[in-house]
Amino acid sequence: MTPRERAARAGRWLVSGPPLVYLVLFFAVPALIMVLASFRTPGEFGGLAPLVDESGRLDLNIESYVRLITEPVYAQVFVKSVGYAASTTLICLALAYPLAALVAQSPKRHRNLLLLLVILPFWSNFLIRIYAWMIILGPQAALARTVNAVLAWFGADPVALLFSSFAVLVCLVYVHLPFMVLPLYANLEKHDPALLDAARDLGANAWQRFWRITFPLSLPGVYAGAALVFIPALGIFAIPDILGGPDDSLIGNVIKQQFLETRDWPFGSVLSIMLTIAALVLAGLAAWVGRAGISGQRPGRA
Amino acid sequence: MRRRRYWLWTAALCGYAFLYVPLLIVIVYSFNDSRLNAEWVGFTLDWYRRLLADDGMLVAAGNSLLIALVASAVSTVLGTMAGVAMYRYRTRLLPILVLTPIAIPEILMGVSLLIFFVMLNFTLGLASVALAHIAFCIGFVAIVVRARLSGMDESLVEAARDCGATPWQAFRHVTLPLIMPGVIAGALMAFTLSIDDFVITFFTAGAGTVTLPLQIYSMIKIAVTPEVNAVSALLMLLTLLLIVIASKLSPSLYQSDQETPA
Repeated sequence: MTPRERAARAGRWLVSGPPLVYLVLFFAVPALIMVLASFRTPGEFGGLAPLVDESGRLDLNIESYVRLITEPVYAQVFVKSVGYAASTTLICLALAYPLAALVAQSPKRHRNLLLLLVILPFWSNFLIRIYAWMIILGPQAALARTVNAVLAWFGADPVALLFSSFAVLVCLVYVHLPFMVLPLYANLEKHDPALLDAARDLGANAWQRFWRITFPLSLPGVYAGAALVFIPALGIFAIPDILGGPDDSLIGNVIKQQFLETRDWPFGSVLSIMLTIAALVLAGLAAWVGRAGISGQRPGRA
Repeated sequence: MRRRRYWLWTAALCGYAFLYVPLLIVIVYSFNDSRLNAEWVGFTLDWYRRLLADDGMLVAAGNSLLIALVASAVSTVLGTMAGVAMYRYRTRLLPILVLTPIAIPEILMGVSLLIFFVMLNFTLGLASVALAHIAFCIGFVAIVVRARLSGMDESLVEAARDCGATPWQAFRHVTLPLIMPGVIAGALMAFTLSIDDFVITFFTAGAGTVTLPLQIYSMIKIAVTPEVNAVSALLMLLTLLLIVIASKLSPSLYQSDQETPA
């Protein structure tokens, strides 16, 4: 090994070592501890029971996993969370498409500003964005009064907009919309306008041009956006916590409850591990589909 | 074609309205002379005055600032190192460790750090929150720095090395000045993420420590008051300033095909 090679190797460790050590210590180790905690017994006063019990035996069991399988209420919460996350993803896609298309089609000098305007709300505080919907959907606000006046005119009972599944869904869409616009824009912006011109010359109308050219070509962007919306939406707890009714508890709320209220950490860990697996599988799937979509993308076939 | 554009503009304007009207309502009602956030009564600065006299809020703001300063300083150094390492070396482990905290739902990092700190008998408080914030900010800084590096002309570093610069000198005098806008943008991003974070803070702060988002949370769980609007408006203003500066420094933050000029 020449001195220069040795210096290069030392430099490599000097540069990548500190962040590596930090993330192992404060991300990887806590994750592994959580896996271990999922096999332990809940403590008498919450938290965890001692790892080694009085008789000196290692106290590890799969009771929390058994509980997850035998109590159907938790599977139902998972299904409900997936339902909310999927609805959020679809609504975001429908709202994000015109926004992304407009930014991609506008003159180059306007694009940065239009895109910044999409991202800015994302940088305002998460709780403030939830709070805004508490005001808008509140029982004394104009929206709820109008809706209930119309309902009363039809002879229907008044409804509460706040503390409902509706409020949760609206806010989920609101919070995650920028994550869908960004990858869609990145994709749409690369489309060759000549394809659409050619399609028009061959007699395709606007509807056909969109569904047979633009949309299939944008699929990698759609998948990327779907992953960026679906995964965080699956684990959310603050939105149902603040805007939802009693039936809107999602998996994030149950995890929070297990850690802070019931204080059954082993079971909370089991639920967290399930959520992690779901998130990682989905992220991997999106990356794989995205890559397959790009390599298999041929304008002639689309 | 013109009709299609017209339709597109209408749809997109509705999209922008959906994004901005809620935030505007929060700001407008922060000046409203009424306890109820329901209709406009008259202009007042009373809620801001009340905010400045609210000791709990001021303590929370101080804690948030302190945590954000420490977390952004440390995560900028570690994140820049990670960004350089990911760009320059073929490492497998580092990108996984850097990107996974960003990819998974925040609550997972919150609860795993809660178990971790409690098992180590580490008292939950300002320090545990700052340590947690650093862990999730590293990834964001690393991404911005790596994006900046990929727009850099690598032959400049080679020229410096050929002229006899040590690797450190080449980094200090060539690479670092060139990626500095990215580093500063990453630092501002980390600061914003830290000061705004609710979920991870919620699990790692313990009972006695309050930050601004935690204070806002406990206030809106009890009641909707214009004081929350006032603190929200101020926080939005701060975030807006930081992000506009960051995006001016590093356009690649929001551009997909940017050839970053050096």
